[in-house]
Amino acid sequence: MAVALVLLSACDREAREVRGKPLPETAVAAQTSQLFPAGGTAGPIDPRAKMYEGNAYHIAEGGRLYRQMNCVGCHANGGGGMGPALMDDQWRYGGRMDQIVASIDQGRPNGMPSWRGKLTPTQMWQLAAYVRTLSANVAKDVAPSRSDTMSATYPPTLAKPKPPTDSDPAAVKGPAR
Amino acid sequence: MTRARLSAVCVGLSTSGCAGVQSIAPSAGAHTSAFNSLFVVFLVVCGFFYLLVIGFLGAAILRRRRQGEDGVPALFRVWVGLVSLSLVGLALASWLTDRAMASYGDKGPPVRIRLTANQWWWDVEYLGANPSEAVRTANEVHLPIGRPTLIELQSNDVIHSFWVPNLAGKQDLIPGRTEDIALLPRKIGVFRGQCAEFCGAQHAHMALTVVVEPEAQFRSWWRQQQAEAPAPRTPEQLAGMTYVTTRECATCHAIAGTTASASVAPDLTHIASRKTIAAGTLPMSRGGLYAWIADPQGVKPGAHMPYIGLEARQLDAVVAYLETLK
Ligand code: HEC
Ligand code: HEC
Ligand SMILES: [Cu+2]
Repeated sequence: MAVALVLLSACDREAREVRGKPLPETAVAAQTSQLFPAGGTAGPIDPRAKMYEGNAYHIAEGGRLYRQMNCVGCHANGGGGMGPALMDDQWRYGGRMDQIVASIDQGRPNGMPSWRGKLTPTQMWQLAAYVRTLSANVAKDVAPSRSDTMSATYPPTLAKPKPPTDSDPAAVKGPAR
Repeated sequence: MTRARLSAVCVGLSTSGCAGVQSIAPSAGAHTSAFNSLFVVFLVVCGFFYLLVIGFLGAAILRRRRQGEDGVPALFRVWVGLVSLSLVGLALASWLTDRAMASYGDKGPPVRIRLTANQWWWDVEYLGANPSEAVRTANEVHLPIGRPTLIELQSNDVIHSFWVPNLAGKQDLIPGRTEDIALLPRKIGVFRGQCAEFCGAQHAHMALTVVVEPEAQFRSWWRQQQAEAPAPRTPEQLAGMTYVTTRECATCHAIAGTTASASVAPDLTHIASRKTIAAGTLPMSRGGLYAWIADPQGVKPGAHMPYIGLEARQLDAVVAYLETLK
C-alpha cells in the first residue's frame, strides 16, 4: 500500500502536460499587491497554480523560457538588475503564482514589458513556477537540485524558502499547495 | 506468424541498414568509402586466417602427434611469419586510412558550416567568406559534390551526435565545446542524417536532410537562401505575415526582411523550400504545415514549440503566408 502511494505521488511530479491545461486566451486577472495600483485583497488562489508549481517538468520548461526570453537580461538569474530581484521575499505586485503570471501577462509600469500575445498562458504559468523556485518557494521534490547557470547561492532544494513578506497582505506562506 | 515469415522479417531487418537514404553501405562520401575499403581489407585478412585456423584445427584432430616425434616443424615457422606479416599489414592499412581521412579537409577551399543542435532540431549557419554571405537555415544542409565541407558542431542544451552514415562517421556535440568534422561528398543525392545520441523525448524525430548537388546548383541555392523573404501578395498572406511577425511566432522565430528576428527556433525565411518540417517529422506540404502549426504537441509531444490554438481563419492566413517563403 505504502509503495503504491509513493509510486502514485511520484507521477504527479513527473507528468508532462505538454499542452498545459486547456486555457482561454485571456489570461488571469489576479489582484496585485496592495502596495501598488490595483489594491484590494487577493482573492482565492487560482487552482492552476498548484498544478504548475508542483511539477518538475513545468518548472524546467519555465527555466528554459526564462533564459530564452531573456528575463535574465533585466532580472539576472534572480538577483535583479534593471528589473527587481526575484529571489527575495520582496514583491511589488505580489509573489503568488497568479500574481506573478499577471505581472508577466500585463507588464508593469516601471519597465516590465507585457508578454500578452507573445507567450501562451501555459508558458506564463511555467515561467511563474520557475520564478517561485528562485526564492525556494516550491516543494523540494520538484525543484531542480542544481542550477543550469553559475550561481553563488544554494540550489532551491537546499535554500531556505523565502515566502512573500507579511507587509504584503497578499502574501501566502510557503508553497501554495 | 509462421516461422518462414518470421525469418523473412529477420533477414529484412538485418539488411535494411544496407540501402537507401540513411545507410553506411553505398558510400557517398570520401570518409565512408575509405572506411569501407578498410573494412574489406580487415574482413578478407581476418576471414582468411579464420578459415586457416579452422583448417589446422581439423587437421590437428585428424593427425595427432605420435609418440617419439619432436622439434619445431618447418610449417610452424611459415605460420608465425604469415601471422606477423598480416598484423603489420593491417596496422599499416589502418594508419594510411586514418591519415587519408584526416586530409580530406585540405582538398580545395572548404564550405564552412556551423551546426548547432537543440532539443530537437538542427540550427544551420553557412559561414561565407564574409558576414554578408552568411546564410541561416535549419534541419537541412546542401553540399557541393567533390568539395570538402568543414562543420563546426555545437550544442545548446544536452549532448547530441551528428551522424550522416552515407557520408562519414559520428561526432558528438557537447554543450560548451566546439567539435568539428570534415565531409567530402562524392555522390549526388539526398541523404538522411540522424541524431545518434539519446537526447530526450523526441530524439527519434531529430533528423537532418543532406542534399549533395553539383557546384552550380549549390551556388544558386546559396544565393536563393541569402535573399530576404518575399513580401505578401494577397490580403490573406498579409494577414498571415501580420500574425507571424507580431504574435507568439516572432517570440521564437526569425524571418529575414521582417521584424521577426528571434533565434531560439528554426529560421523560417525559406521554410517552404525545405523538404521536411520539424527535423524530418512531417513532409513539407500544405497539410504538413497545417498539422504542425495547429498542434505541434500532437505531432511531436514535448517539442519546444507550444500549442497556441489558432482560430481557423488565423491558421489559414499563417499557412498561406508560410507557403510563399520559398
Ligand atoms: C526590459 C527589461 C525586463 C524584461 C526583459 C523582463 N522584465 Fe520583469 N520587470 C522589469 C522591471 C523594470 C520590473 C519592475 C516593474 C515595476 O516596478 O513596475 C519587472 C517586474 C517583474 C515582476 C514583478 C516583480 C514584483 O516585485 O512584483 C515579475 C514577476 C517579472 N518582472 C518577471 C519577468 C519575467 C518572467 C520575465 C521574462 C519573461 C521578465 N520579467 C522580463 C524588467 C524586465
Ligand atoms: C516558444 C517558441 C515558439 C513559438 C512561440 C513558435 N514556435 Fe515554431 N518552432 C519552435 C521550435 C523550438 C521549433 C522546432 C521544433 C522541433 O523540430 O522540435 C519550431 C518549428 C516550427 C516550424 C518548422 C520549422 C522547420 O524548419 O522544420 C514552423 C513552420 C513553425 N515552427 C512555425 C511557427 C508559427 C507559424 C508560429 C506562430 C503561430 C510558431 N512557430 C510559434 C518554437 C516556437
Ligand atoms: Cu538525439
